[in-house]
Amino acid sequence: MAATTQTIEQVQEVTGKYKYGFVTDIESDKAPKGLSEETIRFISAKKEEPEWMLEWRLKAYARWLTMTSPDWAKLDIPPIDYQDSYYYAAPKSTEKLASLDEVDPELLATYEKLGIPLNEQKRLANVAVDAVFDSVSVATTFREELSKAGVIFCPISEAIRDHPELVKKYMGSVIPVGDNYFAALNSAVFTDGSFVYIPKGVRCPMELSTYFRINEQNTGQFERTLIIAEDESYVSYLEGCTAPQRDENQLHAAVVELVAMRDAEIKYSTVQNWYPGDENGKGGIYNFVTKRGVCRGARSKISWTQVETGSAITWKYPSCVLQGEDSVGEFYSVALTNNYQQADTGTKMIHIGSGSRSTIISKGISAGKSQNCYRGLVHMQPTAENARNFTQCDSLLVGDRCGAHTVPYIVSRNPSAKVEHEATTSRISEDQLFYCLQRGIEEEGAVSLIVNGFCKEVMKELPMEFAVEAQKLIGISLEGSVG
Amino acid sequence: MTALLEVRNLYASVGDKPILKGINLSLNAGEVHAIMGPNGSGKSTMSYVLAGRDGYEITGGDVLINGDSVLELSPDERARAGMFLAFQYPVELPGVGGMSFLRAAVNARRLEAGENEVDQLAFVKMVRAKAGELGISDDMLKRAVNVGFSGGEKKRYEILQMALLEPSIGILDETDSGLDVDALKIVSDGVNMLRAPERTMLVITHYQRLLNHIVPDHVHILADGKIRKSGGKELALEVEESGYAGIDDAA
Ligand SMILES: Nc1ncnc2c1ncn2[C@@H]1O[C@H](COP(=O)(O)OP(=O)(O)OP(=O)(O)O)[C@@H](O)[C@H]1O
Ligand SMILES: [Mg+2]
Repeated sequence: MAATTQTIEQVQEVTGKYKYGFVTDIESDKAPKGLSEETIRFISAKKEEPEWMLEWRLKAYARWLTMTSPDWAKLDIPPIDYQDSYYYAAPKSTEKLASLDEVDPELLATYEKLGIPLNEQKRLANVAVDAVFDSVSVATTFREELSKAGVIFCPISEAIRDHPELVKKYMGSVIPVGDNYFAALNSAVFTDGSFVYIPKGVRCPMELSTYFRINEQNTGQFERTLIIAEDESYVSYLEGCTAPQRDENQLHAAVVELVAMRDAEIKYSTVQNWYPGDENGKGGIYNFVTKRGVCRGARSKISWTQVETGSAITWKYPSCVLQGEDSVGEFYSVALTNNYQQADTGTKMIHIGSGSRSTIISKGISAGKSQNCYRGLVHMQPTAENARNFTQCDSLLVGDRCGAHTVPYIVSRNPSAKVEHEATTSRISEDQLFYCLQRGIEEEGAVSLIVNGFCKEVMKELPMEFAVEAQKLIGISLEGSVG
Repeated sequence: MTALLEVRNLYASVGDKPILKGINLSLNAGEVHAIMGPNGSGKSTMSYVLAGRDGYEITGGDVLINGDSVLELSPDERARAGMFLAFQYPVELPGVGGMSFLRAAVNARRLEAGENEVDQLAFVKMVRAKAGELGISDDMLKRAVNVGFSGGEKKRYEILQMALLEPSIGILDETDSGLDVDALKIVSDGVNMLRAPERTMLVITHYQRLLNHIVPDHVHILADGKIRKSGGKELALEVEESGYAGIDDAA
């Protein structure tokens, strides 16, 4: 949080206003409080959705009502009152704007406070940014260049209107509405998110990126992302989050679905830094996310890379269904918890296709009084002839009041399949710390260096500009964990 | 004249076990002192205590840099005050890139001195040049700190760090052990290049041959937690010939 505070202060210094801190003034029109068919109809109407979408939502809602919150994770989740939340909040002006000049300056100022200078990014990073403010996308850039390549990159609400055939075909095809409690909830009330379609043979000309943030108090955030990569295509997608300080817990239940066809590759990278609560465990985001990709075609590849430092509670298992022959799934993860944070995260690799291969590299860092659990499933189905998995789970403990846990599940139904699992748990050694200190490096810097070293294998999978950001984030997230 | 580093009647223990039992040393700027002594006599312990490592209880005495006690300073503060320790067993830092480690160390000092951080490109150039003189390859610089280095490579890497950090007090704990003849020469040349009127060095060794390369101004014999004898460089020869048994308490 220190960095965020610093950013606010800097902005305050420069502009001399923003006395409201992080809560911007933009009036939003909200859905009625609580969750009901009425709320869902309100959302659907607000988004000017076609009838089939509303029906889909209502079906999911009916499903959700019959389900219960999962309790198998090593998490202590306070009861959530779903009737005490708002499920929709949108900035007032929702008409499409031709350029950033037309965007509410206060909105732009908020981006700046978060360190998301759109203009800067356009020039610097060659990254197209689809910025989600609260729940409605208000600024989309680089659309033209992408559309020249035939790539569709737009808010999912727009895709529902403009590309209904694609959405109908793929939405819910990887994660069915009734997949789990939180996915069902998301399917009922999702408000926005991104849609990406890469046509056959196209290599997406730039990294695609989305920044999410929660702005309204008490507003659950239900993002929905769908990425489809046709035969022989390639796309790299970056997702990054920051959230302002809040006292009340906020629920975030996103769904991300990826579909990779023959010889296609999807690289999905996340830096997650939702508000983790304060040092006493007060506040913070609940991050209950369902992410899954299916490698539908032969030799297709899906790679998840995540750096998770935020949220009070994280429940997240980005997974790969390796259907295609010789398809490849990868999961590279850094999960860092401090103070009273809890994380139960990992992956599922479902091997169906023959010759399918998967790699899991998980680095868990626990500090403070936090609990950090890796939970992973490797499933070799009978058809997974000669399939391979390699899993490496390393846990690092900072201090002696935290916990690290590793829960690997292995199911092998094919004798030719091979599964390798390695796990280690260690502490930051006093030797290493003293060595760094003796070179004049302060304790926090030393811990940050050592922890970043521990995460190196994962960090190097991140796109360059993200890696730098992520390294800083790790240092910031460890603040107060030593001494 | 105030000593650059003064150790005054220093007592230290680990748990209930006393290890340093009243050490007195006075190192002036420009001088090189050698410490010899049997295994387990407390040489490494002394170097750790001087550097402020946790886990040792100082039960008496004082450590002063330029006349100011540093006992209250943390290890990183002492380092930035000019103290450098070349470890007997350098520590591996998996995944920590050498260049970023070296840069972090150099920047920590510069920040303390109110200077700007080093220019990245200039820094890389400088490191390469100094590494070259010490026979450290570019490949080694790219690897994680000390990971997969041979014993001799680790020792050379310690001296490289000393050369980059330019401390006023250099403590070298058995930097010669594990070095082949050529490496010994390279490392000694490196250390000799760092001899300077404003710097002092404390060289811990078991072997007289190192002292042929790095000729000390003073030699001290440490045994059972205490300096038993001090003298000129000829004292090292004496030890080489008759061992520690012949050393009496008459310092
Ligand atoms: N952490 C510790 N716990 C218990 N005993 C210790 C500890 N550290 C050092 N000692 C003991 O203190 C004594 C001095 O050890 P030290 O490593 O300082 O010796 P040294 O002179 O450097 O020996 P060498 O020449 O073998 O390097 C030894 O008996 C050692 O076992
Ligand atoms: Mg020793």
